[in-house]
Amino acid sequence: MKKLQKADYIKMYSFMLKIRRFEERAAQLYGMGKIGGFCHLYIGQEAVVVGILMTIDKNDSVVTTYRDHGHMIARGLDPKRIMAELTGREDGYSAGKGGSMHMFSKENNFYGGHGIVGAQVPIGTGIAFTHKYNGEKNICRTYIGDGAMNNGQVFEAFNLAALWKLPVLYIIENNKYGMGTSVDRAAAGLDLYKRGEAFGIPGEKVDGMNVFSVIEAADKAGKYVREGNGPYIIEVQTYRYRGHSMSDPAKYRTKEELDNYKQTDPIEIVKTEILKKKIATNDEIEKINKDTLEEIKNAAEFATNSPFPKDSELYTDVYL
Amino acid sequence: MSTEILMPALSPTMTEGNLSKWLIKKGDTVKAGDLIAEIETDKATMEVEAVDEGVVLDLLFKEGEANIPVNKAIAIIGDPNEKVEIKKEHPIEKVIEEKKIEKNIETKIENKKDDVIDTPSPKIEEDRNLSSEEITMRQALRDTMAEEMRKDNKVFILGEEVAEYQGAYKVTQGLLQEFGKERVLDTPISEHGFTGLAVGAAFKGLRPILEFMTFNFSMQAIDQIINSAAKTLYMSGGQINCPIVFRGPNGAAAQVAAQHSQDFSSWYSQVPGLKVIAPSTPYNAKGLLRSAISDPNPVIFLENEILYGLKGPVNNDINFSIPIGKANIEKEGKDLTIVTYSIMLQKSKEAALRLKEEYNLDAEIIDLQTLRPLDTETILNSVKKTNRLITVEESWPFGSVGSEIANIVQRDAFDYLDSPVIKVNSADVPMPYALSLEKLYLPQVDDIINAAKKVSYIK
Repeated sequence: MKKLQKADYIKMYSFMLKIRRFEERAAQLYGMGKIGGFCHLYIGQEAVVVGILMTIDKNDSVVTTYRDHGHMIARGLDPKRIMAELTGREDGYSAGKGGSMHMFSKENNFYGGHGIVGAQVPIGTGIAFTHKYNGEKNICRTYIGDGAMNNGQVFEAFNLAALWKLPVLYIIENNKYGMGTSVDRAAAGLDLYKRGEAFGIPGEKVDGMNVFSVIEAADKAGKYVREGNGPYIIEVQTYRYRGHSMSDPAKYRTKEELDNYKQTDPIEIVKTEILKKKIATNDEIEKINKDTLEEIKNAAEFATNSPFPKDSELYTDVYL
Repeated sequence: MSTEILMPALSPTMTEGNLSKWLIKKGDTVKAGDLIAEIETDKATMEVEAVDEGVVLDLLFKEGEANIPVNKAIAIIGDPNEKVEIKKEHPIEKVIEEKKIEKNIETKIENKKDDVIDTPSPKIEEDRNLSSEEITMRQALRDTMAEEMRKDNKVFILGEEVAEYQGAYKVTQGLLQEFGKERVLDTPISEHGFTGLAVGAAFKGLRPILEFMTFNFSMQAIDQIINSAAKTLYMSGGQINCPIVFRGPNGAAAQVAAQHSQDFSSWYSQVPGLKVIAPSTPYNAKGLLRSAISDPNPVIFLENEILYGLKGPVNNDINFSIPIGKANIEKEGKDLTIVTYSIMLQKSKEAALRLKEEYNLDAEIIDLQTLRPLDTETILNSVKKTNRLITVEESWPFGSVGSEIANIVQRDAFDYLDSPVIKVNSADVPMPYALSLEKLYLPQVDDIINAAKKVSYIK
């Protein structure tokens, strides 16, 4: 297990909090009509991406689903520009042409942000192929929602990754619902991490509400993949507090279920640990809270003041 | 009673074969299932078994004899005491001859397997680097891939049977041997998966050439082609391009029926972010494939199985390329314009010859070469000169490339038209299996002639 420094605890807490404040603010802007289309929030799942990112090399690649805001923040990308993409402005990461679901940052090896369920899985496998083809020691982390685990191309990608021993770490973010359909109503066999077994891909299940468990699993899995052993699957058990997207009232689940998960809130777990280990005082934590709120408020302001793309941009970036 | 052993058709498009080895000799007794010969086709060398039984009375060809037509008798077996007679014609050919069917202009056919001799256009003959040797389209494609792979090690090829099998249609022959298994990859039959993988590799900076065994199977992967490959540059605000070539045979082969005979040219041409190319000769296949591989965008490269054996001269300069988006005026003319692409170029040329001979009509033929972006300038300039236009293509009629051309021409050259534009397409039905119906389905030379007469108001 990776040895965590004091600074790591603060980093984890800050990033997770930043994601949550960002998403809350995005929900507010959505309600105000400043953000349009589909908007999928990551609240409740923060420990997953932050835990994984604690073990990443900066030249590693990542590809994820449309629930991508938190992934970009954890990658160290600028919340201002992320929010500006959500508001469809020219300062957004995709210059206002992608929106919430389609964001990329090539210089940070962040390859999206994909709107089609499952499509990112062969793509991430291809990015891993490139790392291997180029003789690089890097790996590609490919995130998969539980809903995509019933999608054929995922298994085609597993087969290819295992056949060609590609350096890809598959991370299933099992938040229990594919839109409104619970996993047990969609998947025959609930242990999604075992679905690589037929291809010889090892897998394990991890508590995704606890960032320390995620780090431990990601560290082990990352080493396995980086050493050239081929792909590995981590199924992270997590939970989204909000609906599938902004327009989803989430009536398919009970309030008790939600409250139950909130008892194990991922951010609270880290905070408790920090205080217990005396890494920071309550006052210091409060300062982080205040600074984070301020940073996200500024991001929202930036994103609503950034200009809309110029009309001439309609016809650019179709071809290189 | 004696029986002829005929040169078998070992693939849907095989028209002739070479007798590489006899495994029997005169006087042998042959039982059904015995191996009798090794036949080399354009795709492979295969052993042939006896179906009938008897004593080998005669071997009609020697080992090593080449280009023996399919259905030609190669040996005779039977009772040694009986007299031998050789039949003059094969019943299949007779059936077709007898099938004289009235055709209408919008639908048609003729799947001749031997109409594949290319006469280069005058413009191409002026190319000072033109080879004296004629090579097949198959070889032109292969050579170009090899040349580009030598230049840039980011170029690699993947697809079903491209490596050890040497290509289902032998287009990748020898590439594995030269470039190794790291760069020539056999994939499982898993189009959706390996297409997504190749798209991811292209996002990350490699330059994949992805072979679809035929474009019919690209349907399995069409989400990755359109939603991922074509759109990501735009969706990423110009950050992530996708330099990939999707290539393979498109359209009808020979009697492979509905699921294996479909022309996707207008489907892919509809998509912003894709470029679409359809070569018609070894010459332009070379020049266009080089441009496709060098292009930083996703390119759909639509080959044609029947054209793989088409021979013609090429330009062997390893930097020779034909720009994407430029049509070729295959033949100049003044009376009407025929706009076509891919395999229909050959039929259009045949039609033009007959139009001159029989009706004294001088047709201008434009070979589009690229379908997207479309060279509208060349089309409009031609129509402004000839005032009459027909489009000829193998695809279904609804929303075809010809439909878009008709729209552009009525919009931008309305005052120049002396008659309505007429489209010649395949029939608006799934491809039938029966040889007779297949011929009816596909556009034929007579259909082109009838369309030309109609726009010229000739009864």
